[in-house]
Amino acid sequence: MKQKVKRGKVVSFNKWGYIFLIPFVVVYVTFQLIPLFRTIYNSLFENYMANGGLVQVGPNWVGLKNYSSMFKNPDLWKYLGNTMLLWIMGFVPQIAMSLLLGAWFSDPSLRLKGTRFFKTVIYLPNLIMASAFSMLFVVLFAVGGPINSVLVNLKILSAPFDFMNSIWGVRGLVAGMNFLMWFGNTTILLMAGMMGIDTNLYEAAEVDGATSTQIFFRITLPLLRPILIYVMITSLIGGLQMFDVPQILTNKKGGPLETSMTLIMLLNRHIGISKNYGMAGALSVILFIVTGALSLVVFRFNTKTEK
Amino acid sequence: MKRKALALLLTVATAATMLVGCGDKPADSNESSTPVESNSESEATPDSSVEAPAEEGKVLNIYCWNEEFKTRVTDHYPGYEVVDGTHGKIGDVDVVWNITPSDDNAYQNNLDATLLGQADAAADDKIDLFLLEADYALKYVDTPYTMNIKDLGITDADIADQYKYTQDIVTDSTGAIKGLSWQGCPGALFYNRQAAIDILGSDDAATVQAAVKDWDTFVATAADAKAAGYKMCSSVNDTYRVYSNNVSSKWVVDGKINIDDNIMKWVEDSKVLVDNGYAGTHDLWSADWSAGFFPEGKVFCYFGPAWLINFCMSKGEEGAIATDGGWGITEGPQGFFWGGTWMAAAAGTDNPSLVKDLMLKLTCDKDIMVDIVRADDDFVNNKPAMEEMANDASYSSDVFGGINPLSYYVAGADSIDLSNLSAYDQGCNEEFQNAMKDYFTGKADLDTALETFKKNVVVKYPELTY
Repeated sequence: MKQKVKRGKVVSFNKWGYIFLIPFVVVYVTFQLIPLFRTIYNSLFENYMANGGLVQVGPNWVGLKNYSSMFKNPDLWKYLGNTMLLWIMGFVPQIAMSLLLGAWFSDPSLRLKGTRFFKTVIYLPNLIMASAFSMLFVVLFAVGGPINSVLVNLKILSAPFDFMNSIWGVRGLVAGMNFLMWFGNTTILLMAGMMGIDTNLYEAAEVDGATSTQIFFRITLPLLRPILIYVMITSLIGGLQMFDVPQILTNKKGGPLETSMTLIMLLNRHIGISKNYGMAGALSVILFIVTGALSLVVFRFNTKTEK
Repeated sequence: MKRKALALLLTVATAATMLVGCGDKPADSNESSTPVESNSESEATPDSSVEAPAEEGKVLNIYCWNEEFKTRVTDHYPGYEVVDGTHGKIGDVDVVWNITPSDDNAYQNNLDATLLGQADAAADDKIDLFLLEADYALKYVDTPYTMNIKDLGITDADIADQYKYTQDIVTDSTGAIKGLSWQGCPGALFYNRQAAIDILGSDDAATVQAAVKDWDTFVATAADAKAAGYKMCSSVNDTYRVYSNNVSSKWVVDGKINIDDNIMKWVEDSKVLVDNGYAGTHDLWSADWSAGFFPEGKVFCYFGPAWLINFCMSKGEEGAIATDGGWGITEGPQGFFWGGTWMAAAAGTDNPSLVKDLMLKLTCDKDIMVDIVRADDDFVNNKPAMEEMANDASYSSDVFGGINPLSYYVAGADSIDLSNLSAYDQGCNEEFQNAMKDYFTGKADLDTALETFKKNVVVKYPELTY
């Protein structure tokens, strides 16, 4: 009898575990899992609003036709290329800067003053909404804007430079904004990883006469790998979903010749006036597969040389 | 290994969540797919509201995108009482204002969803009156969702004093008028008087008109403007509206995208303007575009209706040309209009006589309309009233240094012919200007730019081909 009661108690504790999980599962299923499958389902139908939004067409079953017309569109690859390029242009300086800052901040022998203050400051750009940030840049970099007048007055430029009409001007600004917004976040993540490294290793290396460059590349970097993988994959996913910054900076156009047009901007066009759920769904699924594949590549690439 | 597998799984799961942003929209396609049936239902019963119900509804639902119409009703409709920010009262009928900003198509999205459910909605929830802009008016006008004003009991005699173009915009393919406007927005050419003296030697309106009387002369004058250190106009997008209001064919013919000759004339002229540095390619409303509101911006002219110069050209700011009364006005190369708001009665309304009265009072009652001109500086949709005021020496405008500009607007208003509007104008005009910018700046050749335009229009309107 007594034993039974005891077992009952154990069971009821397990039960609480499940009960605590319920809110998460409910939210996850309603807002993520069901929409996920519905997206895939929707991508197999012709389903849009004609005449600018008042006449419903479909849903008609069309099988994989949305996918084939998506793949036939040469712009899909162009936009994918743009997206990747914009991400890499922002990510490379971001990770380099973050590693450097992280190493400095986490190195007690440097005795840096005010690290707490600077950690806050570098994180601040991330607190501004991306859209507000881009609107600010639109004004700052206008032909008659403050940046141009400073550059002209300092005689760096002879005439104002039209950033928004230059392919690399727009790409550079998008990458620059992403860099500014995210390097603080990455620094803090990497720093957390660096602080977790046993200080004995550093001391031992110093005793053995290792230079600081050697310490960084031989000790810090290899031990930081799990965090680095995490940073790279989350940043890659974020990069592939890049939308708000180029959308607002280029006023929905994607810059000159659509060279800063990203995949999500295309998706946004499809669900804009025509609410074309078929094509938008197909694009989402393609993006899903691309992201999965690229994440796998990054993951493999980073774990292969572990031994 | 197990850990690796777990990490991989987690990565993929994280990646999976990215679809959520895209996924939640398709999910509600569920709801929007139901109106298919309701759509056909409402098509079957569009005229059900013709016979006014003996007892009319107690709630009047008005859909609009800003406070402007609400202000007009509050100030000028007899018997309107304000209850709070989004509610009012006319007699014993509650007026409910449903205001959705038009940014990012939000107003139309909201309106579309509600109209598609109109047939199934409870009487008090049905839209009774909604507002339209010219760019997309036909999208609603050429459907059974809007009511013929004749069915409301408004006669030709009632609307005889209105400008014809304001009725063209809301005339459907069978010739029925589906909406009315209290505003007229005919445009004119505003020129910087100092610039006119520097370029042409005189700021007299007749001299300026001679220099801009048609597009070839306009482009020729642009060379003189450059010699004198001015841009002819701020951006080539300034002139677009003037060309596109004077087309002889529609954007879409038999489901195919069609580019009118006058639009191609804009491309041709604009290329010359941009290549020679006579004009920029800025978007309207951008900081660079509005630089010419001030003398240092060195811009010769802008195109626009009364509201542009009265409310949007930095009047009141120190140093602005408008503040110092330094603008002149003339008709320009072609007549055009810009803006305006139309009232349309929603099919299925349970308050037809109240809607009719709102339309009659605000768009046909000369006394109320003159009040609107005096109180709100609007250009109203009433020919005799505007002509009277155009000849009234006591009415003058300080942005033009004290002349009465109305005669120039009035002259343009009569010449506007809008028989070639289509339901696709908004998207086509927007994408066309976007795509041509690459051509003007030399980044793309003409064929590539046209291809980009057509491709992006088809994304917006998947039923079209090219």
